[in-house]
Amino acid sequence: MQETVRKLRSITNDATLSPAQKARYLSLEAENMLPYPALDAETQKALDERVICDMYEGHAPYKPRYVLPDYSVLMRNGSEYLELPVPESLDEAINTLMIAYHHVPSVTGMPVYIGQLDELLLPFCEGVSDDTLYEKIRLFWRYLDRTLPDAFMHANIGPTDNRVARTILRVDAELRQIAPNLTLLYDSQLSGDDLLAMAGRNIAECCKPHIANHAVHADAFDERGYGIVSCYNVLPVAGGASTLTRVNLKEVARRSGGEREFFEHTLPYFLELNFRLTQARIDYLFDESGFFDSFLVKEGWIDRQRFTAMYGVFAMAEAVNELQDKAGREGRYGFDEEANALGHRISEALAEAVRTRPLDKVWRGHALLHSQAGLSDDVEATPGVRIPYGTEPDPVTHVQALAPHHQYYDAGISEILTVDEGVTNNPEALVQLCKGAFASGFREFTVNVASNDLVRVTGYMVRLSDIRKFNDQQGSRTNTTVLGAEAAEVTGILDRKPRVVGNELSPGYRQ
Amino acid sequence: MNSPRATVSKILTYSIVDGPGNRLVIFLQGCNFDCTACHNPHTIGECNHCGDCVPACHADALSLVDGRIVFNPLTCDQCDDCLAACPIDANPMVRDYSVADILELARKHLPFLTGITVSGGEPTKQLKFVVALFEAIKLDDELAGLDCFIDSNGYLGATGWESLLPFTDGVMLDIKSFDDDLHRELAGKGHGKSLQSARLLHEAGKLYELRFLLVPGVTDSDEELDGLIDFVRTLGGEVRVKLNAFQHHGVRPEALAWEKMSREGVERAAERLREAGISNVATPAVYL
Repeated sequence: MQETVRKLRSITNDATLSPAQKARYLSLEAENMLPYPALDAETQKALDERVICDMYEGHAPYKPRYVLPDYSVLMRNGSEYLELPVPESLDEAINTLMIAYHHVPSVTGMPVYIGQLDELLLPFCEGVSDDTLYEKIRLFWRYLDRTLPDAFMHANIGPTDNRVARTILRVDAELRQIAPNLTLLYDSQLSGDDLLAMAGRNIAECCKPHIANHAVHADAFDERGYGIVSCYNVLPVAGGASTLTRVNLKEVARRSGGEREFFEHTLPYFLELNFRLTQARIDYLFDESGFFDSFLVKEGWIDRQRFTAMYGVFAMAEAVNELQDKAGREGRYGFDEEANALGHRISEALAEAVRTRPLDKVWRGHALLHSQAGLSDDVEATPGVRIPYGTEPDPVTHVQALAPHHQYYDAGISEILTVDEGVTNNPEALVQLCKGAFASGFREFTVNVASNDLVRVTGYMVRLSDIRKFNDQQGSRTNTTVLGAEAAEVTGILDRKPRVVGNELSPGYRQ
Repeated sequence: MNSPRATVSKILTYSIVDGPGNRLVIFLQGCNFDCTACHNPHTIGECNHCGDCVPACHADALSLVDGRIVFNPLTCDQCDDCLAACPIDANPMVRDYSVADILELARKHLPFLTGITVSGGEPTKQLKFVVALFEAIKLDDELAGLDCFIDSNGYLGATGWESLLPFTDGVMLDIKSFDDDLHRELAGKGHGKSLQSARLLHEAGKLYELRFLLVPGVTDSDEELDGLIDFVRTLGGEVRVKLNAFQHHGVRPEALAWEKMSREGVERAAERLREAGISNVATPAVYL
């Protein structure tokens, strides 16, 4: 108890946190004083040893991890609960969305999905001049960054080339804000080279947007569609993900005697334990929390049938190298064909296991595999299936080494390619790299331009200048700076070049 | 007929600084200039198989067999000690490539490539190979979409350009100085042929970029910049001018006596060019 009080006190008295940030950390501490959903002893042990991991989502899941409302329902019907009429002008449409966002929960307490914005706003743009549209989007963007300052908040545009998408790209490059995060859905049949070229120039300017391979994603989901949220998580619209759990492949490999034992026993064993962990958390959310009595369900923004379970894996690089060591082979992950092929076989086995293990109260009856991009306190465990920081080969070799993984990860996979700032003189190169990556099977194209102040730490963006300020104890307006600062300190990601780590959720207040 | 082969110093399948987009870059060994400021001087000379590099190689990747240097890329760990040991600025690690070899490489990386650039050394020294390579690309159904660029010092004569231009999309041409004596001092040869090449390429619509290296106190004087401005004016029409900044990375010891070119210095020069009506001036994104 002494310890708990001391910790709560250190949060309330931390001068670097805003009152809202303190309230959030206090609520996390409170939730975690509750007992955890019941687990069997083996699952509990694996969780305690962090071979499997619940992303520190909290002991009592009372909201899904990610909620992707179908905002078109709101645009069509208005909201009785929120007393909002059907919007009729662009101003009303934007205002309706601005209100809606504050009622969409997620694991961070901020909305992670703010909609397919061009599709939502285009119907209101008839008769609106380009200058007016630009001004309204600019103010909307400023509002988002200042009131919902979390880089996991994600807007989607595309795949068609349209006025709203172009205006958003223009504003995003001009303002260079951390929030919102932005993904362009690109489809070579629908988007056109001009829109992709514009995205390339934006990336050179501010490392945004990400570009998603629309044809591949659309194929993996249904007619109601998908959204890209948070850090490259691909989820059903009008639903989302109840939970995200993950398996530390390095720890699994360490517990196996060699490749054969790994595939036949160790991996299936821990995968099963993580399925059990997943089911226990979902059961609590559906059966005990009362979440699905929300107006979000009643008014049709979301459908309880459309929540998947994200099944994450990480530390593929370390797992492969561990198995290579055990087999007496020198080749390293990312550089050696044999090591890479072993990694691809692991991904194939994971996908098969996830597809065939039934889960209850989950969209399509099974989880979706996800290459999980790390937490800010992961040490010596590379995010997802990525190549360890600081050792990455050039972007083309990088893509070629990892492309065969991408077919297996329906719920999202991302590699962050580091390109030197010379590319600011030659953004066509980014477009070409993107086309090459998609032709090779990449689901997602994300670039960090070295020496840019706005830099990606896993899926979210931080400003290097903010991290410096935060470390100087001045506090930060944006939540993700805290994560970035922690990731930078723990993993040394900024030592060599702008890079990736960390994740989504801070595991709580750090001491 | 024998298909021409090339002596290649290095190949990059990813380059964002050798023309538009991402490019496959073939660095051909050997140069007809000998520039003090050269940033990859080991591409200048051509190996005479003296053997001085063999003892410098700690990885046993180099040997002398029947009077010729043999290089084993499998044991090489790219320490580059052999380059330092070479008395004639050559490179014992050069490899021999056929046109078919390069086409295969281009095919493998095709989705990632905007085009192909031959650089050097001075690539037009291996003219027959470059012509054969570019022609083969343009005639290949799968590869014809790749644009073909040359990074050149312009020493090639008109006849040579005539054989190349039907298959060439653009040339990046470097002028070391607009003062003939200074050019001779900096590069070992005068600038007449280079200027002539620039005119010829511009008329043919193939001068993608005119490059000029700014070295503090050497080529950044008002006279030099005015020479550049006058030359661009005589070319007429729009010319893209790329100002490069002299850096210390990779240069020979005698060039270290010069200062590095600062961003401010480059911006000053760019401003002078823009004020003189040259609208398309590119400057480096990175200063080392």
